[in-house]
Amino acid sequence: MENICVLLTYPVPEYLVQKLEKRFTVFKFREVASNPQLLREISNSIRAIVGTSVCGADAGLIDALPKLEIVASYSVGFDKIDLVKCKERGITVTNTPDVLTDDVADSAIGLALATLRRMCVCDRFVRSGKWKKGDFELTTKFSGKSIGIVGLGRIGSAIAKRAEAFGSSISYHSRSEKPESNYKYYSNIIDLATNCQILFVACALTKETHHIVDRKVIDALGPKGIIINIGRGAHIDEPELVSALLEGRLAGAGLDVFEHEPEVPEELLGLENVVLQPHAGSDTVETSVAMSDLVIDNLEACFQNKPVLTPVI
Amino acid sequence: MADQLPQVLVLRPPPVFTLFETQFSQKFHFLRAWESPLPTAEFLATHAASVKAVLCSGSTPITADILRHLPSLQLIVTTSAGLNHINLPECRRRSISIANAGEIFSDDCADLAVGLLMDVLRKISAADRFIRAGLWPIRGDYPLGSKLGGKRVGIVGLGSIGLEVAKRLEAFGCIILYNSRRKKANISYPFYSNVCELAANSNALIICCALTDETRHMINKEVMKALGKEGVIINIGRGAIIDEKELVQCLVQGEIGGAGLDVFENEPDVPKELFTLDNVVLSPHVAVFTQESFSDLYDLMVGNLEAFFSNKTLLSPVLDE
Repeated sequence: MENICVLLTYPVPEYLVQKLEKRFTVFKFREVASNPQLLREISNSIRAIVGTSVCGADAGLIDALPKLEIVASYSVGFDKIDLVKCKERGITVTNTPDVLTDDVADSAIGLALATLRRMCVCDRFVRSGKWKKGDFELTTKFSGKSIGIVGLGRIGSAIAKRAEAFGSSISYHSRSEKPESNYKYYSNIIDLATNCQILFVACALTKETHHIVDRKVIDALGPKGIIINIGRGAHIDEPELVSALLEGRLAGAGLDVFEHEPEVPEELLGLENVVLQPHAGSDTVETSVAMSDLVIDNLEACFQNKPVLTPVI
Repeated sequence: MADQLPQVLVLRPPPVFTLFETQFSQKFHFLRAWESPLPTAEFLATHAASVKAVLCSGSTPITADILRHLPSLQLIVTTSAGLNHINLPECRRRSISIANAGEIFSDDCADLAVGLLMDVLRKISAADRFIRAGLWPIRGDYPLGSKLGGKRVGIVGLGSIGLEVAKRLEAFGCIILYNSRRKKANISYPFYSNVCELAANSNALIICCALTDETRHMINKEVMKALGKEGVIINIGRGAIIDEKELVQCLVQGEIGGAGLDVFENEPDVPKELFTLDNVVLSPHVAVFTQESFSDLYDLMVGNLEAFFSNKTLLSPVLDE
């Protein structure tokens, strides 16, 4: 398969790069983008794209690659891939569901604990020597709180299962009610926000869920409310979130994703009631191996004319 | 009017006392030893001969000497769950009752233990620092962490707090093992009678036990070597359960993988070698420092004192085991 040309549109872990280079001829987007001649030369040869949550395959790129057969994303989200275009062209799209569910759900709870109990602030407090001058302040208990989950899919359900062990009361908002779940359903996200203290964003990013957490939702959540975002930055109206935090209309936030990664709104960098993570929800050694293997397996299946393992379409 | 309220001695004010001082003072008349210019022994000899009850925190030692100066003492109410600061044999000899924080802190302590383990494995505080230093656009993605699910977690001390930690970590897919003074009936987690063996079979150790003569420096070099280079230690018990000098050396030399510490041998002093390590998360003994726990603690302390002064059963008595 070494003559199959694969375009990598964003950096991925070294483990995946090595596996790809063993099997295929790999071009990295950064090198290609700055070299229009190279792009012209290879555009007729590229049969696969490997993208990530940050950069996938838009219409322009897909149009430039007439031999493209598959877009294999190193992510479970596929909002950066033009699915309509792919469907038109009969291009297979795969993602990496299930293998990262645990890590992302763990990350969500970790963010909530770190935000409510001010763990990062505590760590800074000790390291700076401030503890010698007096005790830390009282923070907020996590166990037993009311939590609301936006999106009760694989990741949302995994978050709920963990939260149950902390005695949380759980409610959710989804496109449709899940009759198998025992949690309270709200068909309207404002009602969900009104009735919970900690709001977890765990749904897919689509046209409908763009800025699903807006000023109205933030107001409904209220000044004791906490938002945890492990979905996509664009789920939240970021400027509204920032001003709510600065003005005390929201108690805190734990954010793993931002609208313009890796840029983080500067105003957040000085706040003690936020925890900031560099889109690391699935960033463990174990899961990155599992995700990488799944990308490789999907590509190999495609080029062996077998059904891919985890198709999006 | 204060003179008609029951008298309670406070040697040094526990944080909950300071926070709720007005409310406390409406119910009891407090002898405030720390406000007196007299040295403690003299103050007690002068003022505390008829004192029946003491309110203290976990960091105020109630020594044999202090007890000797309190001939009428019948009750010690401590705001801590731990009892290592109290001379228990002397209390037993004098039939002095003790009431502690019971189980009201178990949730908050368990939450912090889980949070610290998560922080160490998933590098939460380190990555937060990374972003605040402006490094994400410059250096790209942060180094990968380690998955919590599937990890074998050895709980040292399966009391009220240890059980709450276990319950939470099970939901994350961890495999729970434990060491305790005795194997617990009705618990299906594998029991290890020896903490070294527990460490050898675990990816992480969470210290939830009391500090006693038996547990002092129980987590020593041998235990840490058994835990191994990828192993993580979380301590929400007492600093002295771990040989701190040895822990620092193991961390600095990479003999263990990381640590999350809420307690230290000489608080608030923390070994400064730890400040440069990214695989260590430090916490200023705040496992119970939430608004909710302090409010519950106030209710419990008042409840215990009121029960005592009206000859009723204490709400959270410490019973001899």
